[in-house]
Amino acid sequence: MSLSPVEGVALAEIESPGEGDERRDKEFVGRSPGQLALARLRRDRTAMISGALLVFFVLVALAVPLIQALYGVGPKEQFQSRLDGYGMPLGYAGGVTGEHWFGLEPGLGRDIFIRMVHGLRTSLFIAFAAAVLTAVIGVTLGTLAGYLGGWLDSVINWITDLTLAMPFLIIALALMPTVALRFYGQREAVPAYFQIGVLIAIFALFGWTSTARLVRGQIIALREREFVEAARASGAGLGHMLFRQLLPNVWAPILVAFSLAVPQYITSEAALSFIGVGLTDETPSFGRMIYRSLDYLQTDPSYVFFPGITIFALVLAFNLFGDALRDALDPKSSR
Amino acid sequence: MTRFLVRRLLSAALTLFAVSVLSFLMFFALPRDPVTGMCPKNCNPERLERVRQELGLRDPLISQYAGYMKGIVTGRDLGSAQGGRCDAPCLGWSYVSNEAVSDTIARVLPVTLSIVIPAAVLWLLLGVGLGMLSALRRGSWLDRAAIGFSLTGASLQLYFVGAVLLIVFVYNLRLLPVPSYTSLFDNPLKWSSGLVLAWVALAFLFSAIYARLSRAQMLETLSEDFVRTARAKGLAKRSVYGRHALRAAITPVVTIAGLDVGGALGGTVITETTFGLNGMGRTAVDAVRSGDLPTIMATVLIAAVFVVLANVVVDLLYAVIDPRVRLG
Repeated sequence: MSLSPVEGVALAEIESPGEGDERRDKEFVGRSPGQLALARLRRDRTAMISGALLVFFVLVALAVPLIQALYGVGPKEQFQSRLDGYGMPLGYAGGVTGEHWFGLEPGLGRDIFIRMVHGLRTSLFIAFAAAVLTAVIGVTLGTLAGYLGGWLDSVINWITDLTLAMPFLIIALALMPTVALRFYGQREAVPAYFQIGVLIAIFALFGWTSTARLVRGQIIALREREFVEAARASGAGLGHMLFRQLLPNVWAPILVAFSLAVPQYITSEAALSFIGVGLTDETPSFGRMIYRSLDYLQTDPSYVFFPGITIFALVLAFNLFGDALRDALDPKSSR
Repeated sequence: MTRFLVRRLLSAALTLFAVSVLSFLMFFALPRDPVTGMCPKNCNPERLERVRQELGLRDPLISQYAGYMKGIVTGRDLGSAQGGRCDAPCLGWSYVSNEAVSDTIARVLPVTLSIVIPAAVLWLLLGVGLGMLSALRRGSWLDRAAIGFSLTGASLQLYFVGAVLLIVFVYNLRLLPVPSYTSLFDNPLKWSSGLVLAWVALAFLFSAIYARLSRAQMLETLSEDFVRTARAKGLAKRSVYGRHALRAAITPVVTIAGLDVGGALGGTVITETTFGLNGMGRTAVDAVRSGDLPTIMATVLIAAVFVVLANVVVDLLYAVIDPRVRLG
């Protein structure tokens, strides 16, 4: 899946509309692999639709204060007057009205829509931050391990095996409260930004190994190629070898791994919040909402559907886009 | 073969050793005081001090670790407050549930096994079967349906699927009882009706991943020369696809399956939470909540043993499936 090892341009035909008389004007222009991939991506309908959906989600996450101002309801406001005596929202489908688009939470009576918008922002922030961190750590260590080999390679390989053998959920589960206890007392409330920071750190700690393994494999395949040997023979230093010669050839798989890592972290965060570590009830989060909704499956089934379907759409869009990106970046694909 | 097995088991043991040391350090050395979490109610300083003495927390870490390991291999004598003699796979004493940790594990491990083993059989058969079929009928409606199925399944979350299954089959259609665990040997019918939703939810999500993976592998294998050669020399389609191509295509699937099944056996936290079943995963979560260190330690260790063993089994399976693999 490596791109052309020669830095520079690949030749490609200009797309001609297909008219007979224009065929004679066919001309060859140089296009970089990146331009080719972008053109392929533009032609892919799935990629465009899922991409648009992703842009929409990101915009919503960025515009949270604006949406809240326009919507006029905060994530912690409770609307007890709209619940019946048992704490169930009045009206149909969990209390969906013009003011409360997705209805109200049974029990506390908080607005589901605005909590989901806030949850989306937290979720995307954690996922992107963790994905960037894992990519940086994974690429650095993977490149070093692949290029230098030797003891560094063995150590990194062994650590990878070790992290694979550690049950991620349980370790994260055990680490979260322990770390919180180290900085805050038994009774003190742990602030949300601290929980978010710890979550990102845990994801980075466990996630870099797969990127490192991927990059290492690619680098090993490139290491013995002639152009690398030529650069080494002309006296290139380590930095030049890594950043100018090797890395430009593996950015495609790294990009794909990145785009597929983001949905993975979204679901991991939701899962951790679901089992009750990760974010607490104070911070709106998809996982927490779904966990709370389990108690109301019989009485208010619509509660589970709003966060459930949103997280499904989000992850599906990321997965589809990641796949399309992989196809677009693959020089062998003719689509 | 023997040499390979010995080497493989040695490296597995080394990994397990590292996991045990790491988790021991993480759980016993990191918190400010591991004891405060262990007696939540009526804790006076004397009792706390006694617990500390009994747990040997005043000893250096190395001898604490050695004592723990010795307990697993040969059993050891714990204080009278911890139930006295603790037999061979001794995992310590839980002050929270007031029983030996090995007894807790013996109670909850069958639950997780009953969830995971049937689900794994289902998801492997369904996933690999669907993947192979859609690869052989590339471009047909079956192929497109399988691709749609695997894309949906790969993006769905277990807690959501589980919730929908519960709403439909338990609360609305009332076809199934609320999920619960009964021993298979007591009442097989109740065992399966209480767990079938968990199997279906797990199998649906996992088979999506397997269908996708095995389809890609099979397509790649089908384009290889040896498949064409086999067809050209007149072998039947059935034997070429079923024996030659399948064997080559299934190796990476086996790797992933080993990791997944091994990981799931250590506890399916989300499944157990969604369906309210009390297996290894739930036990681990509850132990973390109540700060029950010996139980946390035991669940992490057992989960790691399953993963490492699954990896050894996978390596051995390679040799059976793929004759090109030479062990040694």
